[in-house]
Amino acid sequence: MDKKEDTIFKIKEVGLTGRGGAGFPTGVKWEMVKNQKADKKYIICNGSEGEPGVFKDKYLLEKYPEVVVEGIKASLETIDHSLAYIYLNKEYYKQFNKKLEKLCDGLPIVIFEKKWGYLGGEETAVCEVIEGKRPIVRKKPPFPGESGLWGFPTLVNNVETFYHVGRIKEGNFKNTKFFCVSGDVKKEGVWEFPAEYTIRQVLEETSNFPEFDFFVQAGGGASGEILLPSELDQEICGASSVIVFNKEKTDPYELMRKWAQFFLEENCDKCVPCREGVYRISEMVKAEKLDREFLDEIFFVLENTSFCSLGRGVAVPFRSLINKVL
Amino acid sequence: MDKNKKINLIIDSKQIEADDGKNILEVAKENKISIPTLCYHSDLKNKASCRMCIVEIKGKRGFFTSCSTKAEDGMEIITSSPDLLRARKTNLELLFAQHREECSDCVTSHNCHLLKMAKEMQVKIGRLPDRKTGYPVYEFGPSLIFDSSKCIDCGNCTEMCRKQGINFLEKRQKDTFYQVKPKLEENRDCIYCGQCLVHCPVGAFEAVGEFEQVEEPLKDKTKKVVFQFAPAIRTSIGEEFGLEPGENMFGQLVAAIRKLGVDKVFDTSVAADITTIEEANELIERIKNKGAMPMFTSCCPAWVKYLEFYNPAYLSHLTTVRSPQIILGGLIKTYFVEKEGIDPKNIIVVSVMPCVAKKYEISREEMKVDGLKPVDFVLTTRELARLFYNHKIDFKNLKPEQPDDPLGIATGAGVIYGASGGVMESALRTAYYKITGKELENIEFESVRGMEGIKKAEVDIGGQKVRVAAVNGIANAQKILRELQLDSSTYDYVEVMACPGGCIGGGGQPVPTDKEIRQKRAAGLYKIDKEKKIRLAHQSDIVKSIYKDFLGDEKNVHKLCHTKYFPKKREVEIKE
Repeated sequence: MDKKEDTIFKIKEVGLTGRGGAGFPTGVKWEMVKNQKADKKYIICNGSEGEPGVFKDKYLLEKYPEVVVEGIKASLETIDHSLAYIYLNKEYYKQFNKKLEKLCDGLPIVIFEKKWGYLGGEETAVCEVIEGKRPIVRKKPPFPGESGLWGFPTLVNNVETFYHVGRIKEGNFKNTKFFCVSGDVKKEGVWEFPAEYTIRQVLEETSNFPEFDFFVQAGGGASGEILLPSELDQEICGASSVIVFNKEKTDPYELMRKWAQFFLEENCDKCVPCREGVYRISEMVKAEKLDREFLDEIFFVLENTSFCSLGRGVAVPFRSLINKVL
Repeated sequence: MDKNKKINLIIDSKQIEADDGKNILEVAKENKISIPTLCYHSDLKNKASCRMCIVEIKGKRGFFTSCSTKAEDGMEIITSSPDLLRARKTNLELLFAQHREECSDCVTSHNCHLLKMAKEMQVKIGRLPDRKTGYPVYEFGPSLIFDSSKCIDCGNCTEMCRKQGINFLEKRQKDTFYQVKPKLEENRDCIYCGQCLVHCPVGAFEAVGEFEQVEEPLKDKTKKVVFQFAPAIRTSIGEEFGLEPGENMFGQLVAAIRKLGVDKVFDTSVAADITTIEEANELIERIKNKGAMPMFTSCCPAWVKYLEFYNPAYLSHLTTVRSPQIILGGLIKTYFVEKEGIDPKNIIVVSVMPCVAKKYEISREEMKVDGLKPVDFVLTTRELARLFYNHKIDFKNLKPEQPDDPLGIATGAGVIYGASGGVMESALRTAYYKITGKELENIEFESVRGMEGIKKAEVDIGGQKVRVAAVNGIANAQKILRELQLDSSTYDYVEVMACPGGCIGGGGQPVPTDKEIRQKRAAGLYKIDKEKKIRLAHQSDIVKSIYKDFLGDEKNVHKLCHTKYFPKKREVEIKE
């Protein structure tokens, strides 16, 4: 095949990175799965989006499902003897199942309803869930690209990543990202901007830059960092979402209780720092009595000894809110 | 991977050569470098959930759990640094704060890792309120208690239960937490093997009555108390007193039990010799009369419960011969009392067993002899050790003594019952004699010994090929049953023990128990056998005279040595 026709070559050429939050180079991931020797391979389009304030996959499934499916088709063509899953959270399954089934007619694509919450979106947990188990994060290595679903090489990419692959196939790729803006804003929604846009640019161009004293949470409505107005000239780490909070009207404890509840419900309870650390944080914010010294110790073990990235990310929102806003 | 490949690495500035393919924790342990851990168990998969065994690796960022990180050539590993100690201390405090302490009544009290680590790391144990206060306590039949308020969610028990092929324990979500809970489905039940207990790092499981009721058998002063102890106890009980696994403490065991003030001490192995003879007879008869083949052993009550509940179609394959403790109990309440002129109602029989399922076995109605339970109490190895501690008996330093007549001296065959393959080996030694009229030249059946889950062999008995399998672990028994479904003539005789390694790895044995420990306990039993003058059940003078005086009568044999099995519905009741 002409090298220029090769999807992996094209993906690498434009430098597409994963849009699930971790930003891993997509071409490298595809190549890894393609080069594995196995009788069977799997492809998973991850549409389990579940963090508060993040709803861009929903937007894409609503507006451009055919482009997403085009991207999955490209992966099926690139990776030999493969079968694909579109892995959707309950709400999305209900809403998009029919439409997607029509689009996937005749293709080796299964639409899968995820019966679990947020953590079920981590790539190894996705494999566990499709295998019929509860979402517990697996030890890496091996990575899903080597041994994923039922032990076979598995490509796991976010809905938006497949969308961009679809655009690459059409010859219509622009290096953009889909940004979610919500909270105390005039206009909540999803916008497509150049990938390198700063938080300030996103807020200004959507006419959402507040006139009151505020702070934002960028990169996910639970694990995102709290940033002050003076810190907005940077790109967003993690999920591309911005939530605006009116400083005067926001009760920081209420906000922390929400996060704590989210993590309590969504973590898998496997490792000690995340299971027990999150519980102790939740007890402290419930009582509105923070033992700062002990909190520091909990943050330390969460960031340094948690099993997966969910646990490692728990400290960020709490620490930044406590230091900057409280 | 090249098995003989060696790697060189440094742990805490110590140069180490190790086999390739091991994880850092294993390599450290081999070199006597201790890294704290709770959820690691060499029988189980690495879950890396307690996050205590973290280490640093030079040139790499962050911490690595040593249980799940492969040791590699050229690695430089640091097991202790201010940051590591800081993280471990906090994780341990978090662990401790979920676990409700009940140290005075805990199976791990002599050997509690949590407490030992807490002391070393100076953790303030009581700073946080215990998260699990008020969590439910479950009772699994007359055998096991699971106090979920002590559980640290490591998942060793659920994994072990799954590994046993039973899957009775699971993690189920309640509110925002996953909790270890027994399944509620009517088609699942506990078989009482107790492997959850010996794999729990924090004492969340215990035997029923452990340790509140250990004094119970000694309370009624108007009655005579007779103790018997199982083959597998003698090479494991020393561990409760700081001795090495496998050390033969037979003489001290007898002396210590006598010091409790009991009237007679007998050896269950004597009845094992009778089980052997009865089982050899039954095997020969089944082969001759084309009975249900293969014949399965039935000394393991967890295996019997497994078949009764999960696979009753195979009940006719179980030998009808009773287990040694039941036969000995029956003999004590008939043969022995007749000799001594005692009313059987005035005797209390206590068995010390390596097993919690034996507590269940004595509750079976069909075991009764003339309306009396053959055995009144079962104590585990751990419970007996606790009794010795309670009575301030200096176990290790006692002068060895011999058990009492007439049920005190067993053959080597009766002793190896405690290891997987032992029942079969004993029966084959005797069956050979009964079929050929000659004694075996080499009585050691190496092929059915050892820790392998399934051991197969073909034994030539006077020109007749007998195909045998010795199995330990219920999941392995399931494999054999599947084989038999495809071809029912694959085997003639199958021994099954529910626990890994047989009774030496039983649920009543000292904690910890792992492969290395099981191997040593089994080796101890085979050593005793080797040193015995009489190693064949049918050559035992005691057994001969019991048959002459008592079991010569068909009615007595039937009453004391044989039993029935029944398909069972779920027995464990859970109130949610």
